[in-house]
Amino acid sequence: MNIMSEAAVEKALDQKMNTVPYKMIGKDVSVYYGEKRALFDVNLNIRENTVTALIGPSGCGKSTFLRTLNRMNDTIENCRVTGKITLDEDDIYDPTIDVVELRARVGMVFQKPNPFPKSIYDNVAYGPRIHGLARTKSEFDDVVETSLQKAGLWNEVKDRLQEPGTGLSGGQQQRLCIARAVAVSPEVILMDEPCSALDPIATAKVEELIHELRTNFTIVIVTHSMQQAARVSQRTAMFHLGNLVEENDTDKMFTNPDDQRTQDYIMGRFG
Amino acid sequence: MTDIASPAVRISTRPASAKRDIGIKRRYAAERRFRAYGIGAISLGLFFLALLLWTVFSNGYTAFQQTTITLPIEFTEKVIDPKGERTTDGKVLMTANYPLLVRDALIKQLGIDASKRPLVKQATDMVSASSRTLLRDIVVADPSVIGKTIPVTLLAEANVDSAFKGQIDLAVDQSKRKVKDQQVTWMNELASAGVLKKSFNTGIFTFGASSRPEAAGVGVAALGSLYMMLIVLVLSLPIGVAASIYLEEFAPKNRLTDLIEVNINNLAAVPSIVYGLLGLAVFINFAGMPRSAAVVGGLVLTLMTLPTIIIATRAALKAVPPSIRSAALGLGASKMQTIFHHVLPLAMPGILTGTIIGLAHALGETAPLLLIGMVAFVVDYPGSPMEPSTALPVQIYMWANEAERAFVERTSGAIIILLIFLVVMNLGAILLRRRFERRW
Repeated sequence: MNIMSEAAVEKALDQKMNTVPYKMIGKDVSVYYGEKRALFDVNLNIRENTVTALIGPSGCGKSTFLRTLNRMNDTIENCRVTGKITLDEDDIYDPTIDVVELRARVGMVFQKPNPFPKSIYDNVAYGPRIHGLARTKSEFDDVVETSLQKAGLWNEVKDRLQEPGTGLSGGQQQRLCIARAVAVSPEVILMDEPCSALDPIATAKVEELIHELRTNFTIVIVTHSMQQAARVSQRTAMFHLGNLVEENDTDKMFTNPDDQRTQDYIMGRFG
Repeated sequence: MTDIASPAVRISTRPASAKRDIGIKRRYAAERRFRAYGIGAISLGLFFLALLLWTVFSNGYTAFQQTTITLPIEFTEKVIDPKGERTTDGKVLMTANYPLLVRDALIKQLGIDASKRPLVKQATDMVSASSRTLLRDIVVADPSVIGKTIPVTLLAEANVDSAFKGQIDLAVDQSKRKVKDQQVTWMNELASAGVLKKSFNTGIFTFGASSRPEAAGVGVAALGSLYMMLIVLVLSLPIGVAASIYLEEFAPKNRLTDLIEVNINNLAAVPSIVYGLLGLAVFINFAGMPRSAAVVGGLVLTLMTLPTIIIATRAALKAVPPSIRSAALGLGASKMQTIFHHVLPLAMPGILTGTIIGLAHALGETAPLLLIGMVAFVVDYPGSPMEPSTALPVQIYMWANEAERAFVERTSGAIIILLIFLVVMNLGAILLRRRFERRW
């Protein structure tokens, strides 16, 4: 986990974006669903402690790319991934890489809040339990508390940890899912449209949370909302029809993009 | 929108909206009609259910009462052990002339002259022949009763039982009925003396097979059914759930698994008697297992129940939202962990429902058991599933074939017991379901 102070990170992120090292490198990534090709030789690198937003019209392959980063595509039958993706120095599609271990390092938050039908406590404790990150009751208590605090949910739920996670509001459920992902201490957190099922207030809370989380985690977020991409991310990648159109600093992307298609999409001319 | 804003336009659209008005009444009428059909269908179902229950209960409730005769039996040493050999020869107590004790007590009670043989015969015919074993068991259990006089409650013979319950038309000439006028007189005499009365029939729950209705019960059959249910539960639940999990979660989707799936669906529709033939051929003739044994019945019923459980379990597994799987996989749970920690607990209510339906089905199954020899006259309780026994539905089937008047009510009584078995099982299923569902 990163030990840089928040201020230092902010500085690094805002001023020297191009010097931030890469956390994940995607080289010539193509994805096929059976005969259909969904991604065409995407070369996209994810910078450390940065929020990278993936934008683009529906069906452009941004979610598909996101899911290649922790091999969630493995669960889909007929899905085939070619090219190379590395996490630090490890090729994550190498046969020697254990997918369970990979997903402990690259966590994921889904579009629809999907807490387990268990208590709030058990939701958060589940990851540490299966990965053996905590052994005793007090260790579990600790990891649950810190994770919920990181997800900004602790104060709201600390008195009802034994109540079902499914009984929370939508926004709270999504933050519970983030806490659950954080509890495993991943290096990268993937978020697949985490706010699309939430109201504006809950969305604002989650966005604020993403902003805070970036000091400790590398975050990749898929979003349909241009404003959200502009608000939370430092880097933005634009996908179109399975191709990576442009990847740039978010500020530049939304003010003076290099590619005409990006310009058109951001202006709302298609999508 | 425009016609709200401007009245002029609205006027012009009126004919169109008038045309659109057609059919509203018809639509409501159609809906009412459909509801009436539905209510009709349900009423018909309820009517037949009520008819069934009424028939069974009105015929069967009397089976839970039994007429008994309590007589002071004098355990005379002269009759039981005339030569005083009981300490040296164990057979003496087993073979003693116990009916003579009953006869003596009865003629004393009724005040009949022992030399009038036809009268004495009529009197002793009123008491069940099962009295012999009853008295023998008393003496064998405690030989010190010899020489004493003890009141013993004996079962009335089935025809006296029926007559006392008012099931025999006494207006018919006595040559055409099994209970003679003299016996009816005695019966009423004994009843007014409080010697002969109706009491709760525990025998129907505990006795084994008997050709004498008053001494017949479903005890052996119930134990056989219980053995079989345990075998079915222990075998078919784990096998069925394991098969479903493999097919649903792990197996590749190809021609072979498609074929397996089609076959499982077909097996669920195979007539149960075919399973009986299979059991006869494989378990008894090939594997050499004992005939009439609950273990073979249990195995056959397991085979019959498996498709039901597999289909129900697969449906329950399929119904678990994919988001739960993604959540667990995304956290780095292995496929096994995902299934056993999350999917299976959520599918549990559905699995239990399927299992209980399968078990209830198996409990009421008769045809396959006939083929493996469970339709047998079994008097003694089976000590293990390897020993001969019968099953509840088979016992009902056998009693329904009996000619005696008193077996009619006992057949219905046994059906009531089977229904109670089923209701208890279903209640258990509902409670389990609630428990699993109430967790969240």
